[in-house]
Amino acid sequence: MHRSNNVKVALKLLAFATGMLGFALFIMPPLYDAFCDITGLNGKTGERYQAVPAAVDTERLITVQFLASNNGNMPWQFKPSVMSLKVHPGEAKDMVFLAHNPTKQTMTAQAIPSMVPFKVTSYFHKTECFCFNQQTLAAGESAELGLRFIVDPDLPAGVNTITLSYTIFDVTKRFANNQKNTGQQKEG
Amino acid sequence: MAHGPQPGLTRWLYTTNHKDIGSMYLWFSFAMFLLGGCMALIIRAELFQPGLQIVQPEFFNQMTTLHGLIMVFGAVMPAFVGLANWMIPLMVGAPDMALPRMNNWSFWILPFAFSMLLSTLFMSGGAPNFGWTFYAPLSTEYAPPSVTFFIFSIHIMGASSIMGAINIIATILNMRAPGMTLMKMPLFVWTWLITAYLLIAVMPVLAGVVTMMLMDIHFGTSFFSAAGGGDPVLFQHVFWFFGHPEVYIMILPAFGIVSMIIPTFARKPLFGYSSMVYATASIAFLSFIVWAHHMFTVGMPVAGELFFMYATMLIAVPTGVKVFNWVTTMFRGSMTFETPMLFSIAFVILFTIGGFSGLMLAIAPADFQYHDTYFVVAHFHYVLVPGAIFSITAAVYYWLPKWCGNMYNEAMGKLHFWLAFIGLNLTFFPMHFVGLAGMPRRIPDYALQFADFNQIASIGAFLFGAAQLVFLFNVIRTVRGGKKATDKVWESAHGLEWSIASPAPYHTFSIPPKVS
Repeated sequence: MHRSNNVKVALKLLAFATGMLGFALFIMPPLYDAFCDITGLNGKTGERYQAVPAAVDTERLITVQFLASNNGNMPWQFKPSVMSLKVHPGEAKDMVFLAHNPTKQTMTAQAIPSMVPFKVTSYFHKTECFCFNQQTLAAGESAELGLRFIVDPDLPAGVNTITLSYTIFDVTKRFANNQKNTGQQKEG
Repeated sequence: MAHGPQPGLTRWLYTTNHKDIGSMYLWFSFAMFLLGGCMALIIRAELFQPGLQIVQPEFFNQMTTLHGLIMVFGAVMPAFVGLANWMIPLMVGAPDMALPRMNNWSFWILPFAFSMLLSTLFMSGGAPNFGWTFYAPLSTEYAPPSVTFFIFSIHIMGASSIMGAINIIATILNMRAPGMTLMKMPLFVWTWLITAYLLIAVMPVLAGVVTMMLMDIHFGTSFFSAAGGGDPVLFQHVFWFFGHPEVYIMILPAFGIVSMIIPTFARKPLFGYSSMVYATASIAFLSFIVWAHHMFTVGMPVAGELFFMYATMLIAVPTGVKVFNWVTTMFRGSMTFETPMLFSIAFVILFTIGGFSGLMLAIAPADFQYHDTYFVVAHFHYVLVPGAIFSITAAVYYWLPKWCGNMYNEAMGKLHFWLAFIGLNLTFFPMHFVGLAGMPRRIPDYALQFADFNQIASIGAFLFGAAQLVFLFNVIRTVRGGKKATDKVWESAHGLEWSIASPAPYHTFSIPPKVS
């Protein structure tokens, strides 16, 4: 009587353990992403935005500050063309980041955005952004990386300054080795 | 059932006997304890004075990493599983564990896992050097090549723990003697039942997190790489979702042991048995909803900080119930202070100190000051050394006469206790002060003003290490001979394990005992 019961209990527990493995591998990461998406935690900004005609709120003037930094030993020179811009909510604005590859080889980079305050991430829309794609620069080449954004007119009152930061990562190796893998890479 | 163990080495290789496997687990964990201890002594020797004296920073980092991993997965956990193997069948009146052959397997994969982990010391690039918490991207993008071996060894340790836990649950649920209802089970059995469920719930999560690391390192995924759209903070969430229940895995069986020993030497029944059971269960439940208190500084919203802060503080309530019950059990008891009791009383006092520093760390705004300092090191060593290690030591002294039929040397036991007690406090108490003063953890060199306290800590560490040699000597001497122990061993011992002969026969309870 013991034997069959023992095997039954063991199998049930094993199934539970396997379930927890599946939970860790397949549920926790998407759950975390969804959670960050909804709450704006980590300052992850949204994907490409389809502009909708909206009235420009000329009453408000929002300061958008730009930051650029390099991850690890990324050798590129990378900086915003202006430190900050004043924009009216609802108005589309263009600006560029300047990138220069001072090395002797072609390199590929990926910029990852982050924004504070966290709660405004869903009110900051990018219709065009260099962060949607990888950027490849030949040795010594420079480029202007474009960004077009709209601050949503529904931006909560009290927010007057938004800081948008880009960290640039060297993905030369990752991109070269994992051509197939680009589909998995999420857009910032 | 007259037949005894097989002669020779094959007895140990092929054994399915819970006592043999329990002994192997205990010896293995003791070997790992000494090895991890030697690594700790290398750390303490280097920190004896500021500047770099003995080892290079790279090797120092490998020592802190391996010390943590070996102590957690090699010393504490297998020791508890060994005690469970030995004692649970005896305590519930079962002839053996429920799944004896799996039991053999879950032990014998451990030496391979740890050989693999230790072999990384000899690989180019060195052993893992990213701390036992192996945060990404330190453990992925910046890791030495040996990290892959580390990942596989964690997989094997996890498999071993899960099989051990399944075995323990099946034994407790199915193999109890007639009349042994759940609420009559000794507390060691109860705490292990709950611990085993924790193991089954979180060891797969650990396996999951190292699998994600493996994928990031070798298969181009980006779970923890921001460049590919992942997030290093995800690592910390998944790791601590495992990690916090893990710290209770290392302490709940200790609660059980102490709850067995204190009533024996206070000569009173345990105060509040059922509240002990419910407190253990609530601690286990709470352990799943407090993980982010390890990561208050990652940039959580205030609501998150508050939730994890309050939930963490809530754990003090069931833990307080337990401490209250132990103290009340001793209150007005006819206490005697044999070695197991000394270790148990020290457990209650020192574990409570560790609990209080835990409460300090739980205060989110204060944690910003304490985070990643020696205060944290002091805290978790206060809960793990006098918590897990002292309780295991107490358990060995308490049950050793039953296992081998001989009494240990009491004077030597007391010497061990006092050396360990003084050494431990000398080592870890000053760490509170240097931590509050701002000394970061995991550094091979430090600012001059921390020198005095570090010197004291290093002296204490060597004292504590020496105490363990007394222990080893005492145990070997007792196994080889000495005064015969009675069947009951202790004057006021209760429970099925004391109803059998000393030493415990190779096969026990082939006919289930009747529990009234």
